[in-house]
Amino acid sequence: MSEAKKPTVHPYIPNSAPQTSAEMLDFVGAKSVDELFTAIPESLRINGKLDLPPPFASECELKRHVSGLLRKNVSCEEYVSFLGGGVAHHHVPAVCDELISRAEFLTSYLGNVWIDHGRFQVLWEFQSLIGDLLEMDVVGEPTYCGSSAAYSALLLASRVAGRKQALVPRNISRDRLALIKEVCRAQLDITEVAYDQRTGLLDLGDLEAKISDQTAVVYFENPTYLGSIEPRGNEIAKIAHENGALCAVSVNPISLGLLETPRNYGADIVCGEMQPLGIHMQYGGGMGGFLAVPDEERFIAEYPFRLFGRTDTVVEGELGFGVGNYEHTSYVRRDLARDFIGTNASLFAVAVGAYLSLMGPQGMREVGETIVGRTHYAVRQLASIEGIRIPLEATPFMEFVVNFDQTGNSVREINKRLLDRRIFGGKDISNEFPELGQSALYCVTEVTTKENIDSLVDALREIVA
Amino acid sequence: MSKAKRQLLKHRYHQAVWQEPLMYELGSPGERGILPPVLEKEIREAVGDVVSLVPPGMIRKEPPRLPEVAQPQVVRHYIRLSQETSGYDTSNDIARGTSTMKYSPKINERLANVPEILDLHPLQDESTVQGILEIIYKLGECLKEISGMDAFTCQPPSGSWGVFTNARMLRAYQEERGLGLDKKDEIITTIFSHPCCHAVSAVAGYKLVTLYPDETGFPNLTNLQAAVSERTAGMILGCPDDNGIYNPHVEAFCDTVHAVGGLCVLDQANANGVLGVCRAREAGFDMVHFNLHKTFSSPHGMAGPGSGPAGCTKELEKYLPVPMVAFDGKRYFLDYNRPHSIGKVSSFYGNVQVVLRAYCWIMSLGADGLRTVAETAVLNNKYLSKRLLSEVRGLAMGYPQNDKRLHEIRYSWERLKNETGVDTWSLFRRMADYGIGGYFASHEPWVVPEPMTPEPTETFSKDDIDEFAEIVKQVAEEAYSDPHFVKAAPHKRAVHLTDDDRLHHFTQLATTARAWYRKHRQSRGEKR
Repeated sequence: MSEAKKPTVHPYIPNSAPQTSAEMLDFVGAKSVDELFTAIPESLRINGKLDLPPPFASECELKRHVSGLLRKNVSCEEYVSFLGGGVAHHHVPAVCDELISRAEFLTSYLGNVWIDHGRFQVLWEFQSLIGDLLEMDVVGEPTYCGSSAAYSALLLASRVAGRKQALVPRNISRDRLALIKEVCRAQLDITEVAYDQRTGLLDLGDLEAKISDQTAVVYFENPTYLGSIEPRGNEIAKIAHENGALCAVSVNPISLGLLETPRNYGADIVCGEMQPLGIHMQYGGGMGGFLAVPDEERFIAEYPFRLFGRTDTVVEGELGFGVGNYEHTSYVRRDLARDFIGTNASLFAVAVGAYLSLMGPQGMREVGETIVGRTHYAVRQLASIEGIRIPLEATPFMEFVVNFDQTGNSVREINKRLLDRRIFGGKDISNEFPELGQSALYCVTEVTTKENIDSLVDALREIVA
Repeated sequence: MSKAKRQLLKHRYHQAVWQEPLMYELGSPGERGILPPVLEKEIREAVGDVVSLVPPGMIRKEPPRLPEVAQPQVVRHYIRLSQETSGYDTSNDIARGTSTMKYSPKINERLANVPEILDLHPLQDESTVQGILEIIYKLGECLKEISGMDAFTCQPPSGSWGVFTNARMLRAYQEERGLGLDKKDEIITTIFSHPCCHAVSAVAGYKLVTLYPDETGFPNLTNLQAAVSERTAGMILGCPDDNGIYNPHVEAFCDTVHAVGGLCVLDQANANGVLGVCRAREAGFDMVHFNLHKTFSSPHGMAGPGSGPAGCTKELEKYLPVPMVAFDGKRYFLDYNRPHSIGKVSSFYGNVQVVLRAYCWIMSLGADGLRTVAETAVLNNKYLSKRLLSEVRGLAMGYPQNDKRLHEIRYSWERLKNETGVDTWSLFRRMADYGIGGYFASHEPWVVPEPMTPEPTETFSKDDIDEFAEIVKQVAEEAYSDPHFVKAAPHKRAVHLTDDDRLHHFTQLATTARAWYRKHRQSRGEKR
């Protein structure tokens, strides 16, 4: 901390103009602004000023500085990305970008329907569109991300079932598993269920062995984190239900124009990550979760986030909206809360709502087909390279495991050499899933062209030769 | 002031009323809003029929009942709904207190919306993300100085997550000393702290001990001394709180909690009245968090994405989440080698677009500018309170004995309610007819009766404050002269009084169009 501050007139601070501040000080009867801080004990007040970097006084200089930093980044628009594992490079319609930058949405916040009828309609339509995609009747506001939607699903299931154990397969992301365990630690017993290393899918034998009358919920993902489509949803849900447990499924929503929705194979609770639906990756910041439950009182009473509902108004025929369960959220429950919500990812309700409206049933079907077709093409081409194996037998949707053990190279080395060719290779999962050896999780989306896949295959042939 | 009143009060204001139908009512079968890329011919020939690649039974039988609408109509729908939404940029948003509504600079939006941040995958090689890592690192350095703490993480994706991060660090610290939940299971907080302080502590496994204020507006030391015990794991509170009151005994509070082995966490989501004035560290706190979407100007975005960076002392640094963004003098990297870490607190590294905006904001203001933010916010609040308390009928300040307020004040409409029957929500609805943005009464439970909590942050002009004061005065007068009219408000917004009973009966509540049509179609004769 150094010398005292100089008067600053700043463009963001209208009343920093000396004449105005003098007038206002005069009005409140203070000689100086320091008089207004006497509530803070003098011993705690900063004597001098903070030691921060000198600011960029002009917008022009600020822009130059920050643009210079950003230019050190290389985006997935510049290089070809095969990275997935929770978020992936998808096409974001220009309409989505345009709408979420609308100042009216961007600079609004929590509040009542009387000022923000439009925002309430957006959120209710978001819930409705997700509801139609999932064929689920109760959907709430967005939550932080797919992983937070997953732990909220487990906590909710536990409260509904009145039991403490959650069964979670070992084929999910280690990071997601750790987050679930940590958040649920005081409330749930998270028990891991083995997966079949041949398919990457849940080991039904181990599920049968671990499930009991203590089990609140059986959770699985479809497609799995390792990319496989789980075709035995019905069997898993049946095992859960026979034991009095609920079945919760985390689903990739971009698969649902083509793939069956979890509700139709027995899921009670459906959750997921909505980044694929019109949200930029933002280095992992572009995430939001959804959580859907059946239209039953026992689920609604435990739903931890705001549920926007449609209603009428005093004017005949006027659409009205409101929040149905505010008293159940942590805003009101405080220490009785068993989950929490606050500022979440609501802006993305605009992008996701617009995305699903633009795509419609036909667009969702087509994007699903494009992804599956290209993924299978990539699998075939990669499998044709000597030394490279596709170890999991189950059908992939958008991601798949590629094993490099027989090439003698580590994933790390291979990715480094791909990077030299302006390619982001798949996520290295050799530490996350050591039992799968030197393996990477590859991801192919609707933005990955045949040319991109062919260039990857050419590059890998060279690298492992 | 009569001149100002004529100029400032917008009697002719009216929000846009588009009577916009639901998206489902737009469009016609076969319309397309966007065309996704289709499979290349060569791939189709190579892999065959895509449907045959998917396990039987996993192909969706009924297509999702999504709308079929062309692009212009989708855009117009949302633009119209945006016009029926009140953001900071369009409205006088002073009434939405505790939220630190302030101007979000446009240059920061421009910088945050380029491919070099939008289209970064979080698992890219570190060499390709040096710019964003540098920004995260440098913001952390700034926040260290602003708070006095020794280390910061920008990973928590919201304010609640910032507090939860600190609650988990607190638990990790106690557990390492063998003082787990079986020995130390209580956290002390105050009723004027944000509800998340209670909720996240409860989720972390703690019982809450809640202190209430005395007539000064803050809890006294005697109450705290009675509340602490060997079971006290720590204290989590906001200071200054929702009343804009800075507890003058805060150091003694921290000392008292430290004396029984507890840690002290400050919720500084709203630091707008103390930037550059005082710091968490000197007051004795071990941990702190800020809300970048409040104090540090990132837009609130309809409620997120936000960011709640958490900071701590050197002693607690080892518990911070993985990965930490670190710098070895040459390159920035993600440090996962942290054996004592509490783990991750978001899927990746937090909401970096928000982090970028906050960095830009600090770099535009510097140390002097940050101090000017606090000084102006506090002066604005003092100015507003003097006008409101001397000119508005039926209004009082909560805890009137204490007039030493910083960035905001919780007022009470109790007298007006008793004299007119008009409550705080009715007054809000009528203020909305004069074009205000949000209105914050109070968190639950209401300790101050019929509360109103405006917060004139530094980006409101004197005219903005005068306009708001005129609106409050006008609406209070109307409550005395025509209470029924005020109770029936809003009259000039896109929607009128809603039937909220339906929303509170689960048999009637419809959170989706599917549920609405199932429950209410027959009585309405609506078709889907």
